[in-house]
Amino acid sequence: MTQTKKNQQPQPAAQPKPGSAFAYAPAPESRSVVDIAPSYGLFIDGEFSDAADGRVFKTVSPSSEEVLSEVAQAGEADVDRAVRAARKAFASWSALPGSERAKYLFRIARIVQERSRELAVLESLDNGKPIRETRDADLPLVAAHFFYYAGWADKLAHAGFGPAPRPLGVAGQVIPWNFPLLMLAWKIAPALATGNTVVLKPAETTPLSALFFADICRQAGLPKGVVNILPGYGDAGAALVAHEGVDKVAFTGSTAVGKQIARTVAGGSKKLTLELGGKGANIVFDDAPIDQAVEGIVNGIFFNQGQVCCAGSRLLVQESVADEVLDALKRRLSTLRVGDPLDKNTDIGAINSAEQLARITALAEAGEAEGAERWSPACELPSAGYWFAPTLFTGVTQAHRVAREEIFGPVLSVLTFRTPAEAVEKANNTPYGLSAGIWTEKGSRILSVANQLRAGVVWANTFNKFDPTSPFGGYKESGFGREGGRHGLEAYLDV
Amino acid sequence: MPTTVPAHGPDAAARLASMADVTASDAALRRFLHGLPGVDAVGLEARAASLGTRSIKTTAKAYAIDLAISMIDLTTLEGADTPGKVRALSAKGVNPDPTDRTTPRVAAICVYPDMVATAKEALGDSGVHVASVATAFPAGRAALPVKLADTADAVAAGADEVDMVIDRGAFLAGRYLKVFEEIKAVREACRRPDGSSAHLKVIFENGELATYDNIRRASWLGMLAGADFIKTSTGKVAVNATPANTLLMLEAVRDFRAATGVQVGVKPAGGIRTSKDAIKFLVLVNETVGDEWLSNEWFRFGASSLLNDLLMQRQKLSTGRYSGPDYVTVD
Repeated sequence: MTQTKKNQQPQPAAQPKPGSAFAYAPAPESRSVVDIAPSYGLFIDGEFSDAADGRVFKTVSPSSEEVLSEVAQAGEADVDRAVRAARKAFASWSALPGSERAKYLFRIARIVQERSRELAVLESLDNGKPIRETRDADLPLVAAHFFYYAGWADKLAHAGFGPAPRPLGVAGQVIPWNFPLLMLAWKIAPALATGNTVVLKPAETTPLSALFFADICRQAGLPKGVVNILPGYGDAGAALVAHEGVDKVAFTGSTAVGKQIARTVAGGSKKLTLELGGKGANIVFDDAPIDQAVEGIVNGIFFNQGQVCCAGSRLLVQESVADEVLDALKRRLSTLRVGDPLDKNTDIGAINSAEQLARITALAEAGEAEGAERWSPACELPSAGYWFAPTLFTGVTQAHRVAREEIFGPVLSVLTFRTPAEAVEKANNTPYGLSAGIWTEKGSRILSVANQLRAGVVWANTFNKFDPTSPFGGYKESGFGREGGRHGLEAYLDV
Repeated sequence: MPTTVPAHGPDAAARLASMADVTASDAALRRFLHGLPGVDAVGLEARAASLGTRSIKTTAKAYAIDLAISMIDLTTLEGADTPGKVRALSAKGVNPDPTDRTTPRVAAICVYPDMVATAKEALGDSGVHVASVATAFPAGRAALPVKLADTADAVAAGADEVDMVIDRGAFLAGRYLKVFEEIKAVREACRRPDGSSAHLKVIFENGELATYDNIRRASWLGMLAGADFIKTSTGKVAVNATPANTLLMLEAVRDFRAATGVQVGVKPAGGIRTSKDAIKFLVLVNETVGDEWLSNEWFRFGASSLLNDLLMQRQKLSTGRYSGPDYVTVD
């Protein structure tokens, strides 16, 4: 990864059609709303501190490769210190009445709302995703999650887990880089509502919003040690999940790492939930509302540059409407605006890291080598940073790697089917089982197909719709346990 | 895809004739209209809302404001309309901002049929068209001969464009062929003695059709019958032009052109009062049908108060100051 200090001028957002009469002028969100410090420490027991061994790492903006900040890198000793702090805080935190814990969570939710513009810009800078998404999706959902679980904190006796369900203790949580602050909210909000304390490790490419969240915890007056944030690499995550002081492990990330974690905790008493990869099927029947289906396909695979575990990365389209749908899809992709993530009109931002870009590139090349037909709209990619044009593969079969492996990028594999039974069979023919979509105007078909799909989330005539009240999680190698909703409480209760 | 011809051009009729089989009988027409892809209301509205978040600034805003002004059918449709009111509105349409002669003129002045002659005289050879509503606007509840006479009267008085209303009662009763034949008859009534024709805008009154599926069917029905423009609404009912129903009609003209090669215009009308609203509609045009619809030949706003807001925003952009409503004329 090249890490060079670049000038801070935003790149011009690429125009879908350079000759267009109505070309949108650059509309950059101001960077001045966020003040990023040159360095950050680990957040342990309510204080920021250096790593025990003094190690640091740099976090860069994926859209420009500009170094944003230098962050302390947690090691085993830091993990131990953080778990002890969380353990110490657990006694008094879990003893608080639920209504008191709720007050803190409501306060955090309100501070997130108040600082949402700042956090949206920060998240866009550190992750590379467009400001339109951080502003309209990530941040509202983060606040909604804290509000939702704040509401549960004093009603746990009525959640269906017995009259007085007890918390587990210290939760060790490891989150990915694709929705840094939202995944933090999914992990921390239910843990705190149920009376647990937390040690959370954000991903090494996106540590900043979690560190800003640490500041929000202080602003909210959260007791010391209840939330501890340990930026670091995989070794810190491994030390955290293996630590004997941790009672509960929650992980969102790749299936490979999820399997390692499952092995680590096997045989012990730690409670485990895993939310892993996916290869979601988006099934378009011939009686679908075509224009809205096209929007759903685009949203399903190009939201967050396709770096979404529940992305609809396999389009299964009924052969009788395949040409019509593909023409409409290509026409729509030609209007996508790829470029500066901070431009308010950008639809597609940067890939999160050089490493991820290399993986997407390699899988796309494999798709071509295996004979699938590759298509991308004409779009100019910025010269600095990590970019990948929205890509379609047609003529894909179940045997192609692009149909089987999670690409985690803006790459859609298009397959066709003839009958509903064939659609279900193909959709289920994957080791994953996180998400699926059904597009049809026929209600009975929605119900019957949804019942046959082996996926944790099935969307009908929509895709990538998230709500804190709705449980989310996987079948098969997409993991186990549910986050969100009443179901999300169970993972943090001794039941 | 067939080559494109304008709906108001001489070659459109032959293209529409190629679709004659779907309009041959009530049954055939019903099968065709009901065979169009359904519309998911939630998805349609979400798409319109998401395009509404586009941020149009500086040069793009200046372009959009001038474009929007040039697309306005500046409208007065009141029982209280007088020759004086119509003349004042016409003067405003020709010269919207007396302090800045670079301001584009509007596309047309839209009036009731009995005011057409007054408007025509006031507008002279300014290039601003006279559009007349007709066919027992806004309810459309009159016998066909009355509607045709209403139309012919407006055309004879010099109307360049006719905005007709469809028979919503017949449409909702499923008598699609009746609606189709009526539009065709009005189209004939738009013909002038010299063989040329006033352009025909067909108003669906989306608020009364109520469902998006109906609006899509009405759009195809109107275009098959020879509409030059399809128009959302009269401005006289509770729900008029919305971003979602206009987006749907833009999708319809796009798909109709792909199927027949005939290009039809779109006119949202009613409820569009601010520059911000107008720019959102232009974004819908830009990202749904693109450049080829970005002129007043293919897209219009039916509006009255919109013009002054556009003028105020235009003054703000050019002077850097917001002067307020006292600096635009009230006509």
